[in-house]
Amino acid sequence: MDSYFSILFTEVYKILFLLVPVLVSVAMIVWLDRRVWAFVQKRRGPNVVGPFGLFQSLADALKYIFKEIIIPASSNKLVFVLAPVVTMTLALISWAVIPFGEDFVLADINVGILYLFAVSSLGVYGIIMGGWASNSKYPFLGAIRSAAQMVSYEVSIGVIIINVLLCVGSLNLSDIVMAQQNLWFVIPLFPMFVIFFISALAETNRPPFDLPEAEAELVAGYQTEYSGMMYAMFWLGEYANILLMCAMGSVLFLGGWLSPIDIFPFNAIPGPFWLIFKILFLFILFALVKATVPRYRYDQLMKLGWKIFLPFSLFYVVLTSSFLLYFDLLPVK
Amino acid sequence: MKISRLLKTIFMIDFVTGLLIAIKETFKAKKTINYPFEKGSLGTRSRGEHALRRYPNGEERCIACKLCEAVCPAQAITIESKERDDGSRKTVRYDIDMLKCIYCGLCEESCPVDAIVQGPNFEFATESREELYYTKEKLLENGDRWENILAANIKADSSHR
Repeated sequence: MDSYFSILFTEVYKILFLLVPVLVSVAMIVWLDRRVWAFVQKRRGPNVVGPFGLFQSLADALKYIFKEIIIPASSNKLVFVLAPVVTMTLALISWAVIPFGEDFVLADINVGILYLFAVSSLGVYGIIMGGWASNSKYPFLGAIRSAAQMVSYEVSIGVIIINVLLCVGSLNLSDIVMAQQNLWFVIPLFPMFVIFFISALAETNRPPFDLPEAEAELVAGYQTEYSGMMYAMFWLGEYANILLMCAMGSVLFLGGWLSPIDIFPFNAIPGPFWLIFKILFLFILFALVKATVPRYRYDQLMKLGWKIFLPFSLFYVVLTSSFLLYFDLLPVK
Repeated sequence: MKISRLLKTIFMIDFVTGLLIAIKETFKAKKTINYPFEKGSLGTRSRGEHALRRYPNGEERCIACKLCEAVCPAQAITIESKERDDGSRKTVRYDIDMLKCIYCGLCEESCPVDAIVQGPNFEFATESREELYYTKEKLLENGDRWENILAANIKADSSHR
């Protein structure tokens, strides 16, 4: 019994050690997003609360906590309440397998990338549940769009991951990072990186693929009926997912915690910082895209996913595997 | 034509150009002002919070003619008048419900003695509704506080009246 509790406490401690920074950085990333967006439009963005407005998200969170939660009378109450919880939980548990450094990972499981993929696929459930349980037109339409969109782009992300796995020969995320010691995969697999980035935008419902919450057409999509802390949880889950996609991109293509060149001033910086830099770089790109690109039409979105990305990434799988086979570079014999 | 268009799409030339423009714009000077610390200029006819003015000797300008009450489209003004001991007609009650007011400026326009005016102050948000039911005292206090600017505004605008 004693050992059970000691194990439990160390695990809980580790989980808190991971989750608290993730949640804090989600709050910061919301601020960064708004700030980059404002800067591109030559505005100032949130700059009043705290230094440079850094605590804006905390103030917003406080506001959400004190707001009333309204549950529509005709909604399915259990599912309605559960939906934001599911979104948020799924967005957070995926962080367990992200390696922040050598032997610095919460769960060093051998099917890490598969786990990530499975959990991010489940993410669509939160949105579908929210849209269906609201029992209202706009959330329902938003949820349908979102489900179709996420399923479509999941397919191309899966094929892109196969490309990386062909070069690594392992599903363990730490192994994937270690395989990039000589050459980051972004160089040989550059087209795949671009497609991954665009698919990640679609996967997390970011502009230009924010059709599920296209405010001109669907008010706020699946979040229309939500209010107070439940709305904030959807929001947090969404940004945690965006952050996770950035982390996934940096682990798969940008060499995770590795420094760009293995010489003195660079490799003295500890690994987690490099990962954070890379995540931030990808996130700023996300934010810039949000500020630059107009929204896609729904048929264009589907066409892009199924008729362009899927065939192209499949073709690239064939290309990569033939290359590896021809030059005898296969990682697993 | 067709091939160049295809290449443009494949290499996402337009998208990259757009991104570069976005990055360039980031470093340019801001077009907005840093509002609570920095304020934009207001015209002499800006219609903000109301004020009741006094003559330089301290006498209230308002003669309780009730033109403003009559002209007010939102019926936000309530006036009660009484004859004072020296025989002049003065208000005993001059209320403006700032929640009803639509800030049209008709009261200011109708006033024959420039008593009721709308000043440059637009930052009078309160935490309760009650605080926005302005009484005569509050309006006179506003007039005293903003008199310099109000007088200057009326003078600057006099040639158009």
